[in-house]
Amino acid sequence: MSDVRGGAAQPTLVVEGLKTHFFTEAGVVKSVDGVDLSVSRGEILGLVGESGSGKSVTGFSILGLIDQPGRIVGGSVKLNGEELTTASPKRLRSLRGDRIAMIFQDPMMTLNPVLKIETQMIETLQAHIKIGHAEARARARDALGRVGIPSPEERLDSYPHQFSGGMRQRVAIAIALLHGPDLIIADEPTTALDVTIQAQILSEVQTLCRETGTALIWITHDLAIISGLADRVAVMYAGRIVETGAIAEVVSNPRHPYTYGLIGSVPSRNKRGQRLTQIPGMTPSFLSLPQGCAFAPRCPNADAKCLEMPELSPCPSAAHRARCFHPMPEGAEA
Amino acid sequence: MGYVINRLLQGLMVIAVMAVLVFIGVYAIGNPVDMLISPEADQAEIQATIVRMGLDKPLWEQFLAFINGALHGDLGTSFLYNEPAVRLILERFPATLELALAAILMAILVGIPLGVIAGLKPNGIVGRAIMTISILGFSLPTFWVGMMLIMIFAVNIGWLPSTGRGETASLFGVQWSFLTGDGLAHLILPAINLALFKTSLVIRLARAGTREVISQDYIKFARAKGLSEPRVILVHMMKNMMIPVVTVLGLEFGSVVAFAVVTETVFSWPGIGKLLISSIVHLDRPVIVAYLMLTVMLFVTINFLVDLIYALLDPRVRRKESA
Repeated sequence: MSDVRGGAAQPTLVVEGLKTHFFTEAGVVKSVDGVDLSVSRGEILGLVGESGSGKSVTGFSILGLIDQPGRIVGGSVKLNGEELTTASPKRLRSLRGDRIAMIFQDPMMTLNPVLKIETQMIETLQAHIKIGHAEARARARDALGRVGIPSPEERLDSYPHQFSGGMRQRVAIAIALLHGPDLIIADEPTTALDVTIQAQILSEVQTLCRETGTALIWITHDLAIISGLADRVAVMYAGRIVETGAIAEVVSNPRHPYTYGLIGSVPSRNKRGQRLTQIPGMTPSFLSLPQGCAFAPRCPNADAKCLEMPELSPCPSAAHRARCFHPMPEGAEA
Repeated sequence: MGYVINRLLQGLMVIAVMAVLVFIGVYAIGNPVDMLISPEADQAEIQATIVRMGLDKPLWEQFLAFINGALHGDLGTSFLYNEPAVRLILERFPATLELALAAILMAILVGIPLGVIAGLKPNGIVGRAIMTISILGFSLPTFWVGMMLIMIFAVNIGWLPSTGRGETASLFGVQWSFLTGDGLAHLILPAINLALFKTSLVIRLARAGTREVISQDYIKFARAKGLSEPRVILVHMMKNMMIPVVTVLGLEFGSVVAFAVVTETVFSWPGIGKLLISSIVHLDRPVIVAYLMLTVMLFVTINFLVDLIYALLDPRVRRKESA
């Protein structure tokens, strides 16, 4: 980069206009269709959306791990200024696990059932740095200790099935943290866990990221989970970001009718006894997306104008933007 | 350890049950005396033969005698060869074992790589071609393929011999073909013939296993860790994919040994398959019984070994059984 600025000013990850399409026999599935994101050092970004909104595909696109028949067809992903969509497979491999790590949704499925924890950790170290077995084992042990696994030395010789779900997710997190990555993408990592374990893991990951300055993208369908965790939030609907801003601002003052509906449908203590509102209709199929705004058929505010695609525009400021022609009035009670 | 002992006891139970079934099944049918004695023999001669062979005693007595003999390693004397049945079979066993091992080895060496390739690229031209070939391997009858192999490679091109074991060399006091060049040349065609079906089976198993394992989260996670593709495939994928393949291959190995009959007949391979056919034709009961008993023991042994390998591959099995 010719433009040498302070490291703090440049976001760790900048995603612009990312498009990932799946070319299936039934048609082109535009799972991600023009997504912009950015996340800086030590910052936590929540990526929220329903199942099938394209949030996981966004995560995998950043890592360059899209399986056939999917393909990144447009946009750019820049990690520390380096373009990843055009990077060689070799370069991507060297970044994965080293600079960008990922934590998956189901801890029961992420660890290879037939390999010892030790093997799975040491191979991650040896994939990126020259390191002897004994030293690698010591680092693996320390990493397990750091995520709160008791007697890590013995646990290294265990197999995944000897751990509980929460412990397995800790192991996965320890693996993700091994190389002190610049960015961690966490794809609903607590969805499969007990609520109490969820809270523990959330706060631990938050602490670890703040300490190491790692940028974190936390993918979830649960706004409530990230409202206490994230700095900013991006809400996805049908492959696009529909609203983004500081978490407190978006939660207290949602402008996009979809976000508004999402927040309204979350049970909370001060809505006790009242009916939860629900968003009418269901997530549209990617094969038959409505023309213009994809949310229009379910939207209370929609009119003829919504047959065109609105831009993600300041609402009210550049820090809080929504993709809507008819945003909810400011301060509307959800 | 408890796991091993448990498996051993189960194996012994199977052998005991089979001994009863085999004895009753084989001894309750046909009359070998008719086949063995010349039609002109008089009643006294027939009676003498029946008494000599112990066929006049009640069934349960015969069974006790059979069990008693079996425990001493004696499964009867062949009516036809007048030699201990076990010795007859063991003499021919190395030839069959050698053939079966060569066939299984071919099936593994060819089948697993092809299956993995077909599983990784299921829609590619190569993947489809492999699957088409495997369908042929499944559906072409063994005897016909054997004859075609002989016609092409032995008769038309003349590269390889068509029948027999060729020159053999001794190892551990047993004659083996694969130790000499000539024997090896004799081994190739029958081994290919016998391997064809198993190779197709291995291709299908490996392909199905690969397709199932490759879509698992732990494979994606392995990639997300930045592991090289060879490591992802050869370690993370293969070790999981091999579990069903090993199980089926182990069982199939038993059936290859036990039922190499067709190939042995086509290639005049002097193994136990040929012996079995002639014993059945002549109702040589002790040989049939000995053959079936040894086959059962072979299966039990192989099953036992498969269980051990299985436990070696899959730590979850070890845990479950020992707990």
